Amino acid sequence: MNKVTNVKFAGLGGQGILTCTDILGRVVFDMGNDVKKAEVHGMSQRGGSITSDLRFGDKVLSPMISAGQADFLVVLGEDQVEENQHFLKEGGTLVKPSDFDADKLTNKRTLNVALLGALSKHMPFPVEQWMDAVRAQLPERLHEVNEAAFMLGRGE
Amino acid sequence: MSSERKLMSGNEAVALGTKHAGCALGVGYPGTPSTEILENYAKLEGCKAQWAPNEKVALEVGIGVAFAGTRTIITMKHVGLNVAADPLFTVAYTGVTGGMVLAVADDPGMASSQNEQDSRNYARAAGVPLLEPADSQEAYDMTKLAFEISERWNQPVILRLSTRVCHSKTIVVPSDSKDVPAADYVRDIKGRVMIPAYARPAHKRMRAKLTEIEAWNCAEGPNPIVGTGTKLGIIANGVSALHAQEAAPDAKVLKLGMVYPLPMKTILEFIDSVDDCIIIEESDPFIQTEVQAAGGRVRPRLERYRYGELDVIRVKRIIDGDDSEEAAPPRGKPPQLCDGCPHRASFQLLKNIGCTITGDIGCYTLSVLPPFETMDTCICMGGSIGIGLGMRHVLPEEQARKVVSVIGDGTFMHSGLTGVAEMICNRPKYGHVIVILDNGTTAMTGLQEHPGTGKTLDHHPAGKTVSIEATCEAMGVDKVIILDPSREMEAFEKAVRDAMASNDLTVIIARRPCILAVVRDAKINRGEKVR
Repeated sequence: MNKVTNVKFAGLGGQGILTCTDILGRVVFDMGNDVKKAEVHGMSQRGGSITSDLRFGDKVLSPMISAGQADFLVVLGEDQVEENQHFLKEGGTLVKPSDFDADKLTNKRTLNVALLGALSKHMPFPVEQWMDAVRAQLPERLHEVNEAAFMLGRGE
Repeated sequence: MSSERKLMSGNEAVALGTKHAGCALGVGYPGTPSTEILENYAKLEGCKAQWAPNEKVALEVGIGVAFAGTRTIITMKHVGLNVAADPLFTVAYTGVTGGMVLAVADDPGMASSQNEQDSRNYARAAGVPLLEPADSQEAYDMTKLAFEISERWNQPVILRLSTRVCHSKTIVVPSDSKDVPAADYVRDIKGRVMIPAYARPAHKRMRAKLTEIEAWNCAEGPNPIVGTGTKLGIIANGVSALHAQEAAPDAKVLKLGMVYPLPMKTILEFIDSVDDCIIIEESDPFIQTEVQAAGGRVRPRLERYRYGELDVIRVKRIIDGDDSEEAAPPRGKPPQLCDGCPHRASFQLLKNIGCTITGDIGCYTLSVLPPFETMDTCICMGGSIGIGLGMRHVLPEEQARKVVSVIGDGTFMHSGLTGVAEMICNRPKYGHVIVILDNGTTAMTGLQEHPGTGKTLDHHPAGKTVSIEATCEAMGVDKVIILDPSREMEAFEKAVRDAMASNDLTVIIARRPCILAVVRDAKINRGEKVR
C-alpha cells in the first residue's frame, strides 16, 4: 500500500517557511523517498500569509495538500492555527511554537528549525539525518544556533 | 542511477534541461512564477542569460539567435506573452533555424498576477506547438523535447508551465546533454522577410508543419495512458493529470503532454475505450472545446472549475459532477509594503494630497490595500501613463488636475517610455504628472536588474546606465524633478502640488533604493552568496 505523509507549513512571508520545508524535504529525499514540495511565493514575500506543502512516500502524485489531508500542520505562530486548521485530517498532529519553550531560543529567527525539532519527534528519521539536512540547507555561520534550536524543539 | 537523483523546482529543471539541450543564449523578462528559470540557468556552468527590457524585446533577441542557427530559450510569465505576441505570430510563419523554446508560466488562481489568462490559447492562435509538463522531471524532459521538436520542424515551441509546476520541487534524474551548435548565418530572404508575397506561402508552410506535428503527436507524442479501467476515462494535462490520478486511482488517464496540436486521433480512440469520459484541465476549456468540436463524446464542462487552481478535492468534485458552491478558504494576511519601504512615504503623501492615481505593476500596487488604499487603476505593465493621459483628456478641469500616473523604474523601462512619447505629442490641456518610484531594482519579482540599474542579470556593471531623467528630458518633458521620498517630504509635496496646479508635463522621480536591494547588494559586496 502506497503510504504518503502530508506535512503542511503555515506562517508569514519572511518567517522561514520555505527554508524549513526544504530541510524536511532534504531529510526525506536523503532517506530515499519520493517527495514533492509545493509552495506559492511571489507577492507573499511581503509579509503576507504563506503555506508550503511537503508530501513524501513511495510514490507521490499531486504536489498539493488539500483541505483535511494534512497528517501534520506546522505553524510558525499561534495566530496561524485558526486559518489553517482545516488542512489537518482527523487525528492529524498540530505542531506549534507553544509545544516547547520558544523563549529559550537564543535567536528568534531559528523558530522554524525549532519547530522541525518538535516535528521530528513524530517521524522515524534519525537525528543525524536532520542535522545533515540543516547543515546542507543553511550557511555555515548559522549551523550551531540552528542545531541548538532543533534540539530545543525536539526537547532533548 | 539513484545517485543522480536531484530534488529541484520546475524552474530549476527547465534551466537544467535548457543547458543539456545545448542552448546558446537565454533571454527573458522577470515575472512570477517564471523568474527563477533564467536566474538558475545563468548560474549553470557555461550558460549565458540576460534580462531584456520587456518580453517583446526578449523574443526578438531570441529570434535573432535562432535565425543565426543556434538555440535559445525565452522566458516570461503569461501576461508577458501578450507583450511578445506581435513577434510570436509572425515568427510562427517564418519558423526558425536553431531551436527556439518559449517558457511561459501561467498563474491559475492568480497567486501573483493581474489575470489568470490561459497561454494555450496563444499556441492555437499563433500556430505554435505547446508542451505542458506536470512536474520537474517532465519539465526537464519536455524542455529538451521542445528543442528537438523546434529543430525538427523549424518551428518555435511553447513550454507552458504553471505556478504549481514552476515552484514545486520534485525528483529529477537528468540524462544526456548536447553541445551548443555554432552560430552560422545563412540568408533566406523569402523565408524571413514577411512581406505579403512571402508571408502567404509561409502561412501555408506553417499549417502543413502543424499537420505533421499532430500526426507525430498521435504516433509518438508525450501522452502516456495510465491505468487500465474501462468504466471511467480521464483526459488531463499538466499537474491536473496528477491530481486526477490521485483522485481516481481506478480510472484510466490519458495524460496529455503536448496540448497543441492535440493528438485528436489518440484522444478519440481513448474516448471510445471507456464508458464515460471526462476532461480535467485548469483554466479555459481548451481541450474540451477542441475535443467536442471533433465529435468526442465527453461530459460537459462545469464552468465553476474554470476559476482558480485545481487540487485533488476539486478534481474529485468534478468527477462526482458536483456543481455545488465550494467552501471559501479562510483569508490569510494580505501582503504589504515592507517596513521601511520608500514607497510608503510616497503613497502617504499622494493619499494626503488626494490624487487620483493611475497605477502600475510592481510592489507599489500593494498601495491599493490598507493602510493606503490609494490606487485607482492597475491594468498592465506601463498602463499607468496612457490611462492617466486618457483621463486627463476628457475629465473636467478640477478632476483632470488630480490625475497622477505612478510607475516604478523597472516598469518604466519595460513599457513606460512609449507612454511618455504619447504624452509629449498628445499633450493634455492641463498638462500631466508622472511620479516614477525609482527604487533601483525590479523589486516585486525578487530584485532583478534592468537597463536603468546599469547592471546585467548577474549584477555586474553593464558599462552604461539608461538614465530615466536624461531620457525624459530628451523626449521633451517640461520639468523633471528628482528627490528622495523619505528624506525630502516637503519638497516632494510641493513638487506634486505645483505640478498638478500647472499645465506642465512633469516627471517627478522619487528615488530611494529598495531596502531589500540594499541588503542584497551589501552581501554581494562582501562576496557572500545571494539567491
